[in-house]
Amino acid sequence: MKNKFRLFIIIIFLIFCFGIFYKGLDKSNTYAPKIKDKKNITIFEAKDFNSGVYLNSEEIFKEDTFYIVNIWASWCVPCRKEHPLLMELSKNESVKLIGLNYKDNIKNAKIFIDELGNPYSQILIDDDGTLSVEFGAYGVPETFLINKNKKIISKFIGPLNQETFEEIQSIIK
Amino acid sequence: MKILKIFLIIFLSIGFSQLKSDEKNEELKNKILKNIRCLICQGQSVYDSESDFASSVKLIVATKINKGLTEDQIYEFLRSRYGDWVVFEPELNKNTYILWLLPLLLFLFGGAIIYKKISIKNYEE
Repeated sequence: MKNKFRLFIIIIFLIFCFGIFYKGLDKSNTYAPKIKDKKNITIFEAKDFNSGVYLNSEEIFKEDTFYIVNIWASWCVPCRKEHPLLMELSKNESVKLIGLNYKDNIKNAKIFIDELGNPYSQILIDDDGTLSVEFGAYGVPETFLINKNKKIISKFIGPLNQETFEEIQSIIK
Repeated sequence: MKILKIFLIIFLSIGFSQLKSDEKNEELKNKILKNIRCLICQGQSVYDSESDFASSVKLIVATKINKGLTEDQIYEFLRSRYGDWVVFEPELNKNTYILWLLPLLLFLFGGAIIYKKISIKNYEE
């Protein structure tokens, strides 16, 4: 009886371990932070790409509209890939695009914009990457959708694709 | 001459206290950075990593310390942006109860088995 009980406990334990590992197989081994709650945009000050003037976040996000903050750099290959979708989004009048130029050479960034077009109503410089950390980004490209209450409602890690583009369109329409 | 000596003592003590405070801030910064996970090279701490993300986090942690934020406030800042996983030592909450309590339970369970074995052995002797 005692041996049967012991065997039962061992089997239950093995099933438990198997279940944990089996579930783990489906999970990606790279972690990507998700937005659990809508949180307010951080208060910050950043240098304007064109004028070189420092602006604070209240001035940047002053309008009663949706905003998209897109982190990009001229050296980032996936940024080129998503650029046509950003150009398409910029045609939508219910959203304003803010570009965050991440650790870039200004001259190269200007060439990038001249070559592919400028979808942004404003471009800010993030030369040391701290502004991106304030937003909760950890690489380029990353895109944040901000609602009219100035809360971050969606975060897209990596380049935008047709699916995420349509998701954004459906929210801002 | 006496006044000069007093000024010199005051000047040196201010200089030393500033140095001491910089040293303390540096220690705190390193302690925090060792407990933050680099999200680019996920097995490494930000302290050990040379990635772009890690260098930005190092700068931001130093800035926050200079602004007077406490260790917990800095962890909270990072957690609110990257989730609990960004900190190597997760705080005790409803999602981490098992993580914190399971080793303790296993220890108690193992201890109980050993205690039982020893008491049976003693009884048999």
